[in-house]
Amino acid sequence: MRNLLEVENLVVHFDTDGGLVEVLDDVNFTMRAGETLGLVGESGSGKSVSAIAVLGMIRRPGRILAGSIRFEGIDLLRLSEDEMRRYRGRRIAMIPQRYRTALNPVISAGRLISRLFEIHEGCSRAAASRRALELLDLVGVADPPRCMQQYPHQLSGGMCQRVMIAMALATSPRLLIADEPTTGLDVSIAARILELLRDLSKRTGTAILLITHDLGVVAQTCQRVAVMHAGQLVETAPVRELFRSPAHPYTRALVRSIPRIDVEVKLEPVPGTIPSLRHPPTGCRYRNRCPHAMEICQHDKPRQAAVGLDHEVSCFAFGEHCDAAA
Amino acid sequence: MSFLFFVVRRLALLAPTLFGVSVIGFLLAYLLPGNPALVKAGPMATPQYVAEMKHKMGLDQPVYVQYKRYVTGLLHGDLGESSSTGRPVLVDFMQRLPATLELTVASLLLALLLGVPMGVLCAIHRDTVIDHFGRVFCVAGVAMPSFWSGLILIYVFFYLFGIAPAPLGRLGPGISPPVPITGLYTVDSLVSGNWRAFESSLAHLALPSLTLAISVIAPLTRMVRAAMLETLETDYIKAAWAFGLPRWLVIYGDALHNAIIPVVTALGVVFGFLMAGNAVVESVFGWPGIGNYAVKALMLKDPGPIQSFVLFVALMCIMVNLLVDLVYSLADPRIRIG
Amino acid sequence: MTIDIARAAYADAPAATDTAFASFRRRLLRNKLSCVAFCTIVLLVVIAILAPWIAPFDPNEPDANAVLQPPSWAHVLGTDAYGRDELSRIITASRVDLLVPFVSTLLALLIGSLIGALSGFRGGWVDQIVMRIVDAVMAFPAFVLAMGLTAAIGSSITNLILVIAVTQVPVYLRQLRAEMLREREMEYAQAAQTVGNPTWRIVFIHLFPNCFTPLIVQATLAMGYAVLTLAALSYIGLGIQPPDSEWGEMISEGASLMVTGQWWLSLFPGIAILVTVLIFNLVGDGLRDLLDPRMRGK
Repeated sequence: MRNLLEVENLVVHFDTDGGLVEVLDDVNFTMRAGETLGLVGESGSGKSVSAIAVLGMIRRPGRILAGSIRFEGIDLLRLSEDEMRRYRGRRIAMIPQRYRTALNPVISAGRLISRLFEIHEGCSRAAASRRALELLDLVGVADPPRCMQQYPHQLSGGMCQRVMIAMALATSPRLLIADEPTTGLDVSIAARILELLRDLSKRTGTAILLITHDLGVVAQTCQRVAVMHAGQLVETAPVRELFRSPAHPYTRALVRSIPRIDVEVKLEPVPGTIPSLRHPPTGCRYRNRCPHAMEICQHDKPRQAAVGLDHEVSCFAFGEHCDAAA
Repeated sequence: MSFLFFVVRRLALLAPTLFGVSVIGFLLAYLLPGNPALVKAGPMATPQYVAEMKHKMGLDQPVYVQYKRYVTGLLHGDLGESSSTGRPVLVDFMQRLPATLELTVASLLLALLLGVPMGVLCAIHRDTVIDHFGRVFCVAGVAMPSFWSGLILIYVFFYLFGIAPAPLGRLGPGISPPVPITGLYTVDSLVSGNWRAFESSLAHLALPSLTLAISVIAPLTRMVRAAMLETLETDYIKAAWAFGLPRWLVIYGDALHNAIIPVVTALGVVFGFLMAGNAVVESVFGWPGIGNYAVKALMLKDPGPIQSFVLFVALMCIMVNLLVDLVYSLADPRIRIG
Repeated sequence: MTIDIARAAYADAPAATDTAFASFRRRLLRNKLSCVAFCTIVLLVVIAILAPWIAPFDPNEPDANAVLQPPSWAHVLGTDAYGRDELSRIITASRVDLLVPFVSTLLALLIGSLIGALSGFRGGWVDQIVMRIVDAVMAFPAFVLAMGLTAAIGSSITNLILVIAVTQVPVYLRQLRAEMLREREMEYAQAAQTVGNPTWRIVFIHLFPNCFTPLIVQATLAMGYAVLTLAALSYIGLGIQPPDSEWGEMISEGASLMVTGQWWLSLFPGIAILVTVLIFNLVGDGLRDLLDPRMRGK
């Protein structure tokens, strides 16, 4: 079965006032149709940039230096702006990070959703309105007709997020990118939103790329996980596998830093801080924080090596340079 | 409900300002040079008659009593008399007000028609040739005295090219004004199908309104540009792109709708600039409005009209600003619904 | 989103090349136009000071043989209805057209800042009354108010300076008051953590450096406005009276002649006004770009 999304060797740089920032360095990951992939990392690891790249929305001062993003077999980076626009909001949709401010304050919630139908599918105004209503119901809004008339500033955080999800789902995209969908939400509401996403994915067969810094969210919602660090993708694995036997030192540190209710465990924060992306360390970017750093980590970039079923890691401790990994 | 509350609150806040404006207006009139009693009494009057006249006009009363008379007079529409026309100032005003209104409205429309698209274009093509050209145009427009640009326009279009009519008023010689409905010659002649009058009044309106418009386009364009730039950077516009909305809708629909809201508040200020420039532009083009009237009266040593003009303009600006605030609150659902 | 990533990425790593001076110099060079404008201001001032010696002819001396002559080698900018040389008149007029705006702007700045700072510091009903007065004054468009005032108190040079200053005072007043309120809040917040009230001395000492730049920027931009106001007042006959030369007044003299083709009489004084206002605006804009964000960041 062909993969839905194949990101290969993606390199993205930003030309800022302070200098060149190498935001993404040779990122590789894939997604299958209908699966939920969690993209995890600390802030600044390049997760959101990867998502924006998939949507073809990297703009000045950012630029894509190399790589390909194949969606249903077609390299999106080779498409013209017009062609790419036909994908956005239709076959690939994104729920932006700051959902509150991502809603146009002068347009009602109902109109925000219904006009997507009018634009992408040529519906009549009445039909679009009806479908918007159904969609609001689908995403679990309590009083859809009322919500339709309301403006974003009248909606609660949870409702904003649901409206955002409704907008993203309007045209039944094959891929939904959710950027930190639970930030700023009450814990119980966050749980409900995640459940909603899971449900919708199952029901509509939409693949979800879930971007988050919270491993807990990943555990609840995703089938597979990809871990990013400082613009490099370090490990991908099925969720259970990742928590059970994390391979990469960074992943291990992340997993170790999660508090647990059931067992008394010493909490260890991840050592060090994210390296500057303006003058990134050569070779493996984790080497300055890594307890197992070797000579080769300084000048060579680690390649992906398989360590289990569907489990790949980019670390010199695995693969040909297999060393004892504690 | 919150909208009504908003309106009431705005009106209440006006009270001290109106009071202050009336005081300033009174002070201006009070400080007028010359002896109004003498003027009214006439050149042949005896000193005794002048003193009587002075008493009758209440000019020997203490200041606050005179102020009270002034305000009472205002509320009854008594703005004094013009010694040059011999008529009550209010009557003269009312006769000439439509001309000023026509000029102001035409200039405002022209400024919007030219300024808003230019601001949008400059924002979209930021830092390109278009943007620089726009910026130069704005900077130059702000630095040009309006009376000068008016004269240049007259020279070029009337004297050199001969396509503009002589700057002698609102209509060409021999053409009588159309049926008075609004007092705006262009509108009236259009509505009553009087094509000769329409053509003539429009031709005469062109240069003065262009002159006045140029003097206010600069701040307008700059504001639109700044508002658009800010709006184009917002999360909801970025989201609009992400949802694949067509370019025209994102820029001229979503973005402009939001960007225009702060610009609407600026319209009040723009109107103030227009009213300020009126007096001068009317003088240049011989436009028979209230500004020209006030200035001409001053030349004839009749200072009453100019004080009334100043007060009148202030009141009009206050009214327009209030209107603008109301429109603004209607346009922005965050205020309307609250 | 994308910019946040970039910012987060370089937040903790100091750049080797990015000292404060380097970035200042970079922006200074970017504003070449403002530098040119500034030099032009200096040139103008020099011309104004040296006017009596630079002007080729006596600006007030009529010459019946050279009436209404277009620009020529003898009279570079032409002559007026009395045969007076335009160029000399323009040069001489620069004195008034620079002096009056300058003094009135300075006056407005000093008075407005003082009242604004005091009012903001005092607070209470004094502050409220001052703000109401300011509101009332600002309800009049500035030029219209200037017209009324000049008509009331007369158009001697002193009066004109006063009038233009009065219409400008509210701007500085509000600006300084806002700064003062901001400053006061900061100081009181700090004092609340220690003991005692901050004296007015501390507050004012802190106030001065913070508001210096915005004031300078505002004053530079206001110069342009003052020049335009003076010219407009003179045009409608409320300002500088003939035979004293002033650019706006000269344009007025030439106005009726525009329709008969004597374009030079109104054109050149207008260009003088345009250039003067332009360079002040450019310098003001340049100063704002250069200094303001840095001052705010302190």
